[in-house]
Amino acid sequence: MKIFLIIISCIFVNNIVLAQFLGICPFLGVSKKIDTAIGMSAAVLFVMTIATIVTWLIYTYVLIPLGVEYLQTISYILVIAFLVQMVDIILKKTSPSLYQALGVFLPLITTNCTILGVAIMVIQKQMGLFDSTIFAISTSLGFGVAMVLFAGIREQLALTKIPEGMKGMPIALITAGLLAMAFMGFSGVC
Amino acid sequence: MNYFKPLVNGLVKENPTFVLILGMCPTLGTTTSAINGMGMGLATMAVLMCTNTVISALKNLIPDQVRIPSYIVVIAAFVTIVQMCMQAYMPDLYATLGLFIPLIVVNCIVLGRAEAFAAKNNPLASFMDGIGIGLGFTGALTIIGAIRELLGTGCIFGFNLYPERFGILIFVLAPGAFLTLGYLIAIINKLRAK
Repeated sequence: MKIFLIIISCIFVNNIVLAQFLGICPFLGVSKKIDTAIGMSAAVLFVMTIATIVTWLIYTYVLIPLGVEYLQTISYILVIAFLVQMVDIILKKTSPSLYQALGVFLPLITTNCTILGVAIMVIQKQMGLFDSTIFAISTSLGFGVAMVLFAGIREQLALTKIPEGMKGMPIALITAGLLAMAFMGFSGVC
Repeated sequence: MNYFKPLVNGLVKENPTFVLILGMCPTLGTTTSAINGMGMGLATMAVLMCTNTVISALKNLIPDQVRIPSYIVVIAAFVTIVQMCMQAYMPDLYATLGLFIPLIVVNCIVLGRAEAFAAKNNPLASFMDGIGIGLGFTGALTIIGAIRELLGTGCIFGFNLYPERFGILIFVLAPGAFLTLGYLIAIINKLRAK
């Protein structure tokens, strides 16, 4: 039951993009087409799950025993940068087809604040390793849901007539605002 | 070299929020009130000034191939310092901004300025650039925060201007952030097009 609550709350109620404002850059940047939105979400799912597990282990078994919790930010960002690089290399060798699909998005992920954000959040919420993993997976699914919905709307939006000053970023932001309003309907569910 | 040029440049011509559209996460996430926006802006500015100066001073020592990781370590170090200072001296503000303070590390403005300005200019000019961009960011966040606070609760910096029950609650919540920023950028685009 607790796991079910984590999943629903991460995907809909506390959606990482539309309710917590993390990962806005890729949300606005790579959401012009549904294909790229799916690719980016898959890459985030992949890296976020691995990164959360690894950073959780590092925090619990390295930082706490040594009493250097204040090094959290530095060590996390280095671990994430390193992981992204490694995932990139391993995928290129072992699974060229997956690499073809995710390759372009991987370097962008280091500066995606959702990864670092979730890694810090699970520590703040004092979750166990299993809960953290579920949390990371469902958060990235929530990111994917928001991305794909938004990309779908933007594909349609590209064909409509828009006032000159509203073109590009302003109309995208206002659309995102309406989407966030729709997601607010879920709040209070759990 | 005129040291005031980078200062004005960051405030107006290359305003990170309204013109370059960088660092959107803290811009949307922390601007529920004018004072929160200002706090976030000032924290980012403190980091930006320090990283710009240090990176510019170290630019000849850092090999080109490993410059991005080195910049990130410098940035993360200063973010940790700012985080600890805020925790000690401004616990209330630290509690409201929460997660967004450590996330200054992945704010594209900081790394962007390190790469675009500090790596090419001397420390003093980089310091001024840090102040300019930082002030531009702080100003933008304060304006967005003030608008959201005024429309949402009827207050501005905590001073009550009209009864709270006339406030439009949605502006303090998540969708209000997107709407406010969207309309502000649209207005600025319109003004710049003239």
